[in-house]
This record gives sequence, C-alpha cells and structure tokens, in this order.
Amino acid sequence: MKRRLFALSLLLAGAFLLCSACLVACGGVPRSPGESQDGSTDGSSTVRLEGAGATFPQPLYLEWIGAFIQERKGIRINYQGIGSGGGIQQLTQGTVDFGASDAPMKDEEIAAAEAAGGAKVLHIPMVFGAVVLAYNLKGVEHLRLDQESLAGIFLGTITRWDDAAIAALNPGSELPATDILVVHRSDASGTTSIFTTYLAQISAEWSASVGQGKDVKWPVGVGGQGNDGVAAVVRQQPGALGYVELSYALETGLSVATLQNKAGNYVAPSLESTLAAAKGVDFPEDLRFSLSNSAAPDAYPIVGATWLLVYDRMESPAQAVALKAFLTWCLENGATVARELNYAPLPDELRPLAQAKIDQMQ
Amino acid sequence: MTNAPTDTVASPLVPRKGFSRMADPVFAALTGAAGILVLIILGYMVVVTTLTAWPAMQSQGWSFIFSTTWDPSRGQYGILAFVYGTVLTSLIALVIAVPFSLGIALFLTEIAPGWIRGPVAYMVDLLAAVPSVVYGLWGVFVLLPGLLQPLAVWLSRTLGWIPIFAGPGSGLSFFGAGVVLAIMIIPIISSLSREVLRAVPSDEKNAAFALGATRWEMITGAVLPRAKAGIIGAVMLGLGRALGETIAVALLVGSREQITASILKPGYTMASIIANQFTEATGDHIRALVGVGVVLFIITIVVNVAARALVWRMVEA
Repeated sequence: MKRRLFALSLLLAGAFLLCSACLVACGGVPRSPGESQDGSTDGSSTVRLEGAGATFPQPLYLEWIGAFIQERKGIRINYQGIGSGGGIQQLTQGTVDFGASDAPMKDEEIAAAEAAGGAKVLHIPMVFGAVVLAYNLKGVEHLRLDQESLAGIFLGTITRWDDAAIAALNPGSELPATDILVVHRSDASGTTSIFTTYLAQISAEWSASVGQGKDVKWPVGVGGQGNDGVAAVVRQQPGALGYVELSYALETGLSVATLQNKAGNYVAPSLESTLAAAKGVDFPEDLRFSLSNSAAPDAYPIVGATWLLVYDRMESPAQAVALKAFLTWCLENGATVARELNYAPLPDELRPLAQAKIDQMQ
Repeated sequence: MTNAPTDTVASPLVPRKGFSRMADPVFAALTGAAGILVLIILGYMVVVTTLTAWPAMQSQGWSFIFSTTWDPSRGQYGILAFVYGTVLTSLIALVIAVPFSLGIALFLTEIAPGWIRGPVAYMVDLLAAVPSVVYGLWGVFVLLPGLLQPLAVWLSRTLGWIPIFAGPGSGLSFFGAGVVLAIMIIPIISSLSREVLRAVPSDEKNAAFALGATRWEMITGAVLPRAKAGIIGAVMLGLGRALGETIAVALLVGSREQITASILKPGYTMASIIANQFTEATGDHIRALVGVGVVLFIITIVVNVAARALVWRMVEA
C-alpha cells in the first residue's frame, strides 16, 4: 500500500513537471516577434512592435510612442526599459523587434546578432545625453574642475575640498576643509559607461588602474542606486560629489560643476553645450561614434549618445514599414518633445545620416 | 496490507461509494506529489545554477571565494567582500531585532492589557507585509538623513576609538543597512515568538506564581525555557530573510566591495550585487553572479541546518 502510494505520487509529480516543461518549451520558442497570436500582422489589422533596452531614454521613447500612435492608428509600439545589455541580448535572441542601447554594440555582439538574426544590425542615434557632476557645498555656486582635479578626486588622490588643486581653480569660493564624499552608481549603467570612458580618456592612470565600463571597481566613494540614489546622497550629505544624467540634474535643480573641456575652456552642462560636442566629429559609416571629450571649443566634455538597434531586413514587411515610419517621425517631429524632457535632439549634421540608416530597412 | 482503517473500520454502517471511496488514496497521492515536487524543484535549482556558474567559478579558482576583488571589466570575480557584508549586515540586524522582538512578544503575551493586544499584534504583523522596496526607499529618503547619518556620525565621533565604530561614519554603511534589516525582520521574529509564548501552558505560569515568583521570575523561569526552541526557530527565520534581502540593502549599504572592521563604513552584500549588476551582465559576468547566488544558497542552507541542530539539541536536553 505504502509503496503504491509513493509510486503514484511520483507519477503525479512527474506528470506535473512534464506539463510545465511543455508549457515552458512552447512559450520559449521565439515566435516571430510582434506577431499577434492569431498571426494577423499584415493587412488591415494592428501592427505591433516590441522594443526593449536602455533606461536612460525610456521616458522620451514612451512620450514619442504616445504621440506617434495618436497620429498613426493601427500601429502599437511597446518599449521596456530593461537596460542596454538586456536590449542587445533580446535583439540577438529575436524576442524584440528593436533594441536600444546607451553604448554602441561591440563587434562580437554585432557578429552574434547578425548570425542569429540573419540580417545586418543598424545603429540609429536618437538623442544625446551628458553626464554632470552634482555637488553639495554650501555657498559654492559655480564649482570649477579641470581634467586633473576631476580624475584625481575619483582616483582618490585628491581627498579634500580645500586641496590646493581645487582651490586654485576656484579663487573666489570658500571651499570647506572637509573630505570629499565621492558618490557613484551602484547599479550597472550606461551613465557610468559614459563617465568612465571620459575619465579613461583624460587620465592614463584611470585607464590603467580602473578602466571603463557599465560597472567598474571604484577606487573611492559610496554607491547609490540609480540617478535617484546618487542624487539623494548628494543632496543629503554635505561635501558629496556624484555624477548623474544631465536631464535628471536639470529636472531636480542640483548644483552642478563647470568642467574644463579639451580646448581648455570651462563649460557648464546644458542642452546646447551637449549638442556642441557633435561639432567637428567625424561620424563613421556605421554611426558607432563617440562624443566623449570633444575638441569643439564650446562643447561640454562628458557626452554620449543613445542608439536604437534594428535589423535591416525584418521578417514582416508591415512591421518594417511601421518601424521606419516611427523612426522617421522621431527624427522629424521629436526634437521639441526631447527638449521639453531635457534630452538633446540630434544636431542638423547628424540627422540625414541617421535617416539614411532608416531608409536601408525593409 | 497492515493499515487501511478507512476501508474496514468506517464502512459497516454506510458503505462508501464512488468518490468517497477514492478520496483518501487520491488525497494522499496529491499531497505526496506536492511534497516530492518541492524536492525535485529544489534539486533542479541547485543543479542548474551550479552548472551555469561552474565555468566562472572554475576559471577564478579559489579566488572566487577568497578574493575581495570584483572587477567585471577585467574579468576578476572575488566574492569574499560580499559574503562578509551579507553576514555582517544580518548580524547587526539580529543584534538589534532580537531584543526588540522578544520585548514585543513578551509585552503582548504577558504584560499588555487585553484590549491593547489585538491592535498592536495586528499592526506588528502588518509591518511584515510592507514590500521591501518601500523599506529601502523610506530608509534612503527618510531614515538616512533623519536618523542613520547623524547616528553614524555621532557613533564614530564618540566611540571611534573602538575599531567597529571607526570613522568617518556614514549612514550608507553596514550599520545603515543592518538597522533597516532589523526593522524588516522584527515583525517576523516577534509574531512567531508571540505564538510560541502563547503556547506555554498557563498551568505552568500559575504554578510559578503559586510558588511566590514575581512576574520577572515567572517569565525567566517558566516561560522562556519552555519557548526557547521556538524562539530560536523564529530568529532563524528572521535571519533567513535578512540574509536574502535585496533591494532595501542595495539602497542603503553603500555598495563598496570592501572588508572593514568598522560597521560605519560602506560595504556590499551578495543579494545586492546580484540585483545591481544582473540586468547589464553578459558572459562570464552573469555566470559569476549566478555563482554568488549559489554561495548565498549554501550559506542559507548551512544557517538553517545549524539552527535545526541547535533547536534539536535543546529539545533533547
């Protein structure tokens, strides 16, 4: 009796596992993305587009999508801010129709995606972003930092606000005799990538001892989670210095530092000085460019772009048409909304290059 | 066929038919299946995570466990600082939470007047239902500037000569994370201990009073010894939550992979490194993060087994 009961239980458990395995398998088969369950993707019915990736441009993308589908009925677009790495991964796995990333894909990532997707990957720049240094010092309104002092603070070689190097740059300000509390992102982030890329460019020591990436081993400081986390620490702790996205700093009104750019000028972060970073940049054919440490005289130095990632051949023609329409709309009509949300829209010299990429899709 | 009492004993009066006849064996088989399923899922989890993490663990060798260098951009994955942070924040949480929880439980079972017990017990239980991200955000935006930061600075100024309070103190630290963890596990420990304390027979308490014991003597002499095993079980459940807590700790621990004696310095924990880096990780990095999960799993099992052993020895004694 007991043995029979055990056998029966085992059987039931096995059957349950089998069923769930089947379900997972069915759900896991990458259905051609965006295809609605009844298979009606073309013709009169709704065209669905699924996208995922970077969180930095998510508020803007959602706003754009909302405005676009108001104008163009019959297209549905869904965007999930899951992080740049996740966006690249999902594009490669074919679970989304477009990805988004704050850093261009690496060569090996492109090779993997093209092998899996059977089509070329296109990088379409959408907006620029800047990374600013927010600080908490009573009575210091315009903190100025040059390349050496910025690198020194984040390397831990400059530890106090009244350090001679900082004092020399800020003659009129009364810098307190306190420790600098460095605040960085604790979660992996495109913002960190842009910031560490810049530090690696201006400091050989940073490049050798820390390097660049979405998360690095910070020599000093504490980590805050997200822009909110970093900003909260900066706001609460006197003597704190942390980096956040420009749009976030503009919205929340944090005090931000003026930085010395490559040309030697001190430039405050703004949408204009962010856009200026594109001046004189030689854009490569695949549009995987870098805006960091721009040579333009009025450019803010810590600038990056964010890209949408698409295949040049999509499985469903109707989806390709819809996605092209959306991207074209963003380039043509998106600038005003972008500025309202404190993102820097593409400068005039770059827009036709991005449009040429969109035109390659079919 | 030694035991089939339902078939033989219950049937003389009303012969069971149809479903009723089958109910017992079917029910037994279903519950059995549920039990076995738990084992299978647990085993499957261990196997899959270990297999996923194995290449990373192998390429790092022992330094995976014994190194404190975690540098994804250079492919170095050492998790010792995270293990230390997890254990330390959980210990701080226990040191704060256990006395509080026991106090609450004893107050509610032995001291509080009847009309207060219900509402207070209910509110303590309600605390357990607050999502941890709420605790974390509340910790960062309210508790950190209002309490943790000033307290940490004060501790480091006045007690800084003791290594565990060495300055400069910061609220974003092992200590800050531990305090919020303590608040999170107090409801668990206190409501479980309350049940245990309530189960102490009133005969024994009355006997203690009858022998002339004061309330304090009754509690220490009759109630606590009886409830010891159950209280330890409650503490271990709280510890389990503290070890695995992710978001609230990620927001407050300061996210710095270091091992320091001072609890007022920023640190990092195993669950929070996974939460912070998982979304953007690829390749070996993701394997190493899964490896962190495997080690956390092992630590949790070890803690649980140790707790069982402790409880079992006490019950024996």
